[in-house]
Amino acid sequence: MTQTFDTTPGTRAEQEVAPARAMRTVRRRIPAGVVASGAFIALLLVAVAAPGLFTNYDPLAGDFLSILKAPDAAHPFGTDRLGRDVFARTVYGARYSLFIGIGATLISVVFGVLLGILAGQKSRLLDETNSRLFDIVSSFPTVLLAMLVVTFLGQGMFNIAVAVGLSGIPKFGRVVRAQTQLVRNADYVTHAHIYGRGHIEIFFRHLLPNVLVAVPVTATVFIGSAILAVSGLSFLGLGPQPPTPEWGVMLAESRDTLRVAWWPGVFPGVAITLTVIAFTVFGNYLQDVFEGRDNS
Amino acid sequence: MWRQVLARLGASLVVAWGSITVAFLALHALPGQVEDILAGDLDYPGLREAIAAEWGLDRGIGEQYVAFVTRIASGDFGMSYELRQPVTDVVASQLLPTVYLAATAGILAFSIAVVLATLTSGRGRVARRIASIVELTFASTPVFWIGILLLMVFSFNLRWFPVSGAEGWRSLVLPAITLALPTAGLLTQVLRDAIEKTLDQPFVTTLRARGLSERQIRVQHVLRHAALPMMTLGGWIIGGLLGGAVITEKVFGRPGLGTTTLNAVLSHDVPVVLAVVLLAAFIYVAASTILDVLYVIIDPRLKAQ
Repeated sequence: MTQTFDTTPGTRAEQEVAPARAMRTVRRRIPAGVVASGAFIALLLVAVAAPGLFTNYDPLAGDFLSILKAPDAAHPFGTDRLGRDVFARTVYGARYSLFIGIGATLISVVFGVLLGILAGQKSRLLDETNSRLFDIVSSFPTVLLAMLVVTFLGQGMFNIAVAVGLSGIPKFGRVVRAQTQLVRNADYVTHAHIYGRGHIEIFFRHLLPNVLVAVPVTATVFIGSAILAVSGLSFLGLGPQPPTPEWGVMLAESRDTLRVAWWPGVFPGVAITLTVIAFTVFGNYLQDVFEGRDNS
Repeated sequence: MWRQVLARLGASLVVAWGSITVAFLALHALPGQVEDILAGDLDYPGLREAIAAEWGLDRGIGEQYVAFVTRIASGDFGMSYELRQPVTDVVASQLLPTVYLAATAGILAFSIAVVLATLTSGRGRVARRIASIVELTFASTPVFWIGILLLMVFSFNLRWFPVSGAEGWRSLVLPAITLALPTAGLLTQVLRDAIEKTLDQPFVTTLRARGLSERQIRVQHVLRHAALPMMTLGGWIIGGLLGGAVITEKVFGRPGLGTTTLNAVLSHDVPVVLAVVLLAAFIYVAASTILDVLYVIIDPRLKAQ
């Protein structure tokens, strides 16, 4: 979705010195926003692993004696139209959003890295073919591409992960292509060739590790936009189906009761927005640190 | 300069042709007969034969491919068997409300970005902090949630605007704002960065030395300079607005291309979905090509190369 904002690194040639510089930046000062984002991501991970720590309610169990109860001590986020605890549903929802978002990111990473490394090779044909392929995929708006995938493959969590993952391939592909070209022409690779190392050894020992360092940072930012796209597709009813406590699905369900109850329509949205912000801020910070950009 | 323009046009044609090819490959590579994929959930006697006849499925694959590319390129997307209409008619009849919504939202997003970026760039640290937090928040908020919040406040509580439908300008206000805000968030970020970079340029110092007011410098000189790179985002913004329009139409129950597409997705009406997706890709490619070419023509620094 944000491939247009690729900050294709111009400073990656200095990759070898980046870690030392990174340490210096870390010691200086970590901005409060980054700390808060990191803490929020940690909280999300706990909610994914052990949602029972946060709430005793079952996210699927309706209580017909307490339908659409406003937030109070027993139900901090209130209850929805079936009397289900909105807080419990929001906590359990972290699982779906993170799993689908990270799943989509993994798909983008795997295919983006493969195609990007191919595009970064010496062959002009490979480069042109793969680069045009990235152009083709990114000419489809994410939501519409996803709708096409769902038409072919059907609704469901796995399929929307595939759909969003597909549209993210060019982002990683382009980053990896640029990085491959840089590393391929770096002195240490040339020297390895001169020393008579085999192509396979050079690929696995020098090229691949130095190409892959670019991936985790890009991936962290991408998880945010993947979660955003996934929530939209879930809202449209293309992903998990009710009664799954997925945030987009919950918001879609809340629309029917907005006239009388605001809380089912607010808290899952806050959760999505905070999650996306947290991954974006954290990812951008990693980018600044590892690219050695000075932001102060 | 003209070489650059021609190369850009050539690359766009390749991308457009590639997207048609991808569609063709998807139809043929997926498990199941093409007839079954195009028929979706429908099944009545003679349907599969009609589809096979329409797309010439008994011919060789190469021949089918040439026929497919020619048809799509000439704007013929075949029949929607679900709606029993030519896909072109379905799309044409639903296009206007969506274009209306997307265009209004686009203009709104652009205006918000220009005003906010011009006012906040290069100011004190606090103002910039606040501005960047606001932009990040809007860029990170799902379109549909903004719609739900606006509905909650302005339709259900204040009753200023209708809850759904598409009659009159009042029904356009909330959907347009909904669709505009995330785009405005991103645009403001980009434009503000560009303005701040421009403010450091030597020509701004010259303007200050000549005694121009801050407002004159920003509005007449810096903004024009900084807005130019935004043109390269145009295609991406249009694509995003089209995608967002689908979701916005769903939130506000508006008729339009998005609603039609969503129904087509849910009833597996492949020809309609394929047509809309390809159309969006063509619009993206056309818009970004035109803007890139304009950019080369307008920017004197690129002309010299």
